[in-house]
Amino acid sequence: MEINLYTYQILSIIGSILILLLLIELVRKRKLKENYSLLWFGIAIVFIIFSIWPDLLFFIASLLGIQYSPSALFLILITGLYLLLLHFSVVISELSEKNKNLSQKIGLMDLEIRKLKDKNRKTR
Amino acid sequence: MKTLIIIPAYNEEENIKEVIDGVKKEEPDAKILVIDDGSSDSTASVVKNTKKADIIMLPHNLGIGGAVQTGFKYARKNTYDMVVRVDADGQHRAEEIRDVMQPVVEKKADMVIGSRFLAETGGYPILTRRIGQKIIAFFTSLIARQKITDSTSGFRCYNKRATTLLSKYYPTDSPGGEEIIFLQKNAIKIKEVPISIKMREKGKSSITTLDSIFYMIKVVLSIFINVLRTPIIK
Repeated sequence: MEINLYTYQILSIIGSILILLLLIELVRKRKLKENYSLLWFGIAIVFIIFSIWPDLLFFIASLLGIQYSPSALFLILITGLYLLLLHFSVVISELSEKNKNLSQKIGLMDLEIRKLKDKNRKTR
Repeated sequence: MKTLIIIPAYNEEENIKEVIDGVKKEEPDAKILVIDDGSSDSTASVVKNTKKADIIMLPHNLGIGGAVQTGFKYARKNTYDMVVRVDADGQHRAEEIRDVMQPVVEKKADMVIGSRFLAETGGYPILTRRIGQKIIAFFTSLIARQKITDSTSGFRCYNKRATTLLSKYYPTDSPGGEEIIFLQKNAIKIKEVPISIKMREKGKSSITTLDSIFYMIKVVLSIFINVLRTPIIK
């Protein structure tokens, strides 16, 4: 099998690998949790596959009945990003609920501590 | 009946003392709990100086729903039979606390709303806000299948069962209308009694016109979403 690489292909392969390296580095430095990195790794791998094998895009476009194959790329990207952002909103909602419960607990405990201190002062 | 009166407050240094004094005078046996929702003014020290109320200081601003729920959690922890909620801006008359409590005391209702619109007892001059309140009340009534004239009133009374429910879950994003539907869905009997209000004398409302519009949309949305939810307690 003969492989012909165009400049854009080389550039996009290099770009995708750089993204992958960046992700590994972020996880290594613990700036990105493994849990959330999985999704990004998945995306980076998809990028690499598309850069090595651009014909895949034409194939998907024809499968979906899209005449202009770059629109298939936009469709995939936008859908992916939309789901990713939705996932973040869910995570943020969970976090704000936990944060609210924590704040309430701190408030309740603070009152209890103040009362205990008062009682202590009186009995002494 | 062991009664807790909760007053959620956000930057109300000018009104809070009078409110506490009024409530203490009318209901000397009830415990007063102020929930300071991360005020940046001296609300907390004003409350402490009165020596008539306990105060919970939230580490940061949670919004009215988060503050009120803190009160329910406190009531649950310290086994109160009844919780009354009064606003910190002084618009509610302490003399009327008894009226709002009465249906709960007589076991005629699990939750009571002090309605500003049930009887023409006191005017409410801010037109835009009044229209918004009417719209929210309309949707609330429609879904609750019960006539609610004032679903945004902050003058309310709850029995033990309602308190327990709300300590576990409170619609913090848009309290008021959603609270009514949530409670009603969990088989809480709601009753309205007429109240009259005093207009704010000092300090300023934490609600702007844009806030009101945003709030209204949020409430209507959450009211409809609540229809799709199942009760948390059978």
